[in-house]
Amino acid sequence: MKFLRSSNQFLFLASLCVSVSLSSAVQLIKPSENSYLDIQEALILAEPGDIIRLSAGIFTLEDSLSLDVPGVQIEGEGMGQTILDFSNQLSGAQGLSVTSDNVTLQDFAIQNAKGDAIKVKGVTNIKFLRVKTEWTNGPSSENGAYGLYPVESKNVLIDGCVAIGASDAGIYVGQSQNIIVRNSRAEFNVAGIEIENSYFADVYNNTATNNTGGILVFDLPGLPQQGGHHVRVFNNRSVGNNTDNFAPEGNIVGEVPRGTGIIIQANSDVEIFNNEIGENDTVNIAVVTYGNDTDDKTYYPHPKSIQIHGNTFGPTGYNPDTSKGELAKILFDLSGGDMPDIFWDGLLPFTQLIFGQPENEKMVVANNGNATLLAIKPIGYMLPYFEPAILDIQEFDGEIIPLEKVEFDETF
Amino acid sequence: MKHSKKISLLITLFICFDTKSQSISSFDFEKFSHVPKFLSDYGFFKDLKNQKPVSNVHPYSLSSQLFSDETDKLRFVYVPEGKKVGYVKNKVFIFPVGSVLIKTFAYLNNNGPLEAELLETRLLINTNNGWKAISYVWNEDQTDAKRAIAGATIPTRFVNSAGKIKDVRYRAPNQNQCKECHQLKKVMTPIGPKARNMNKLVEYDAGEMNQLVYWAALGWINENLGSTSISNYADVNAVLNERARAYLDINCGHCHIPGGSADTTGLYLNFTEQDKEQIGIYKKPVAAGRASGNLKYSIVPGHPEDSILLYRMRSLDPGIMMPESGRALSDETGIKLITDWIDKL
Repeated sequence: MKFLRSSNQFLFLASLCVSVSLSSAVQLIKPSENSYLDIQEALILAEPGDIIRLSAGIFTLEDSLSLDVPGVQIEGEGMGQTILDFSNQLSGAQGLSVTSDNVTLQDFAIQNAKGDAIKVKGVTNIKFLRVKTEWTNGPSSENGAYGLYPVESKNVLIDGCVAIGASDAGIYVGQSQNIIVRNSRAEFNVAGIEIENSYFADVYNNTATNNTGGILVFDLPGLPQQGGHHVRVFNNRSVGNNTDNFAPEGNIVGEVPRGTGIIIQANSDVEIFNNEIGENDTVNIAVVTYGNDTDDKTYYPHPKSIQIHGNTFGPTGYNPDTSKGELAKILFDLSGGDMPDIFWDGLLPFTQLIFGQPENEKMVVANNGNATLLAIKPIGYMLPYFEPAILDIQEFDGEIIPLEKVEFDETF
Repeated sequence: MKHSKKISLLITLFICFDTKSQSISSFDFEKFSHVPKFLSDYGFFKDLKNQKPVSNVHPYSLSSQLFSDETDKLRFVYVPEGKKVGYVKNKVFIFPVGSVLIKTFAYLNNNGPLEAELLETRLLINTNNGWKAISYVWNEDQTDAKRAIAGATIPTRFVNSAGKIKDVRYRAPNQNQCKECHQLKKVMTPIGPKARNMNKLVEYDAGEMNQLVYWAALGWINENLGSTSISNYADVNAVLNERARAYLDINCGHCHIPGGSADTTGLYLNFTEQDKEQIGIYKKPVAAGRASGNLKYSIVPGHPEDSILLYRMRSLDPGIMMPESGRALSDETGIKLITDWIDKL
């Protein structure tokens, strides 16, 4: 009996030891006069596995925060409770920057950063869970560029987040691969959600509303990673994105007309399906070529292998924004004011304009209810007596070849 | 947990003051379990306050240097006895493990009524696990500098080159901010000590000497490196284009280089970059946001006022200014140089 008891004790102690060595050190930080030093010192001294817990309240920060230790979790008590406020920021280009792998950010908000709210660069495995980034004075060109901003990263999960007021994109994933953006809301940004120069992205169950453009899939020249491809945008609501474009001039998104649901630019293998897209002043979906000059010989400016199917369209084009770029103007002229749901600029490499596109690169548009379409025929558009555009959506009907689901281990 | 925390910070090298020879010697780091709290713990200086180094800690200087709120910079290097320094053209010297680069930021106020003030001393120590950055902030009495893990804000004033007293909110960077600039392809590296930026005369205790010749005399490098020299951008007699590129290289090129922390922009300002669009000429911004200043291109030849690059050099707004960290003031000399350069492009 005595022996048993002591062996039980031994087991108990052993299990305690195990649980101690496996559990993480949790450091709780409360708002104080020295919030910057308190948090920044914790972020530098943290060890892999540690949790930095920020209590409810407003942390007033004058300098930007940074994390460079892998395997750390920064967590608050909720995006409405734990607020990191950068309204009086004096130094640093971000609110928070992360440069280490296997990091989880959850349940806090970043407000009024002078530059980007959260920038994550060059990491493998990053989770944003229920994080909010916001500029609280509404849409303004004085707001920072990006809310959630992972770039050059691999395995990016954005889930249940909210991004408001960014003067470029609320949720922006750039030059990354293996990306999931879901269950999130982007509102009052120039671009709601943007996937740029990225490979393998699933964007689903999100709401993009009151932005200038709802969801953007872009590819730009002159960058370390380009040739964006394999992007699935599905089960999202991109509605009522009618905020005037407030991006500072010079920025690519400054060319997005107010009232655009989804734009696909210069990507390949993009599947847009089962979305609800409507009440967008200019157009519900635009498929376009990169429109600026570039010396980059490795860059392919045209979209290809685009599939659009099963979407539900609400009214669009009733108040087109002709002040930004050529898109709305041309569209308005060609449609005689009867703006389509889906627009393709029809631009292709010259040989393809003459001899046609390879079958597997052709755009397929199917099962979109009563959706309307307008595709420019560039040669016809330039010559007299030829048809300038295709208006029959049936011309793009074809077999849908679904892209594979994007998956990675989310349990890191 | 706490113990291993210390181990992870452990510098894989320990340097200890040897009182007899007024020099330092490397010791077995295994016995050492924490990062020294004070600069004096290392023994780099025989006179700390006046920044007089011990005999085997050598002063060095750069032809072109980073603008850091008009601070004076006192640079020193320690290389372990009998070790060589490697050379690859256009790259930073390859220092052997155990080497230390020491840089003190100060307002010496040589031309004005204010007393000299030492602000911070940054160390780059080459350990078995690569370069480590540690920074120390000077106390008010100027007797020693204490480790500042999260950096420090030092509100102060100084006498600028025009003899005027200026206020500054000087920021000593934290460890992560050191990395922002000193990291290339995820590896920490020094930035300044490249042969092309060091081929110049320096005042030593024994007299004036070319510092590459001096390093050769120490047995660190070979006499004939065959290195080219970069211009001192402050030298008004040098060729404008070379001055401008030297300025951009040392002030921007450590981040704006493939593999650097600003490579996501595709704007490369390192000295060896030749592609015009990549240097910024008629290059559209990628992620600048309001930092574009409503301008379309990074550089518009002949039009400095339309060039985002200059707009960001001029700004003091943390969301706009470039570099992102390391300055609270604007560099009027640099702005004038880059204005002239873009004007004549």
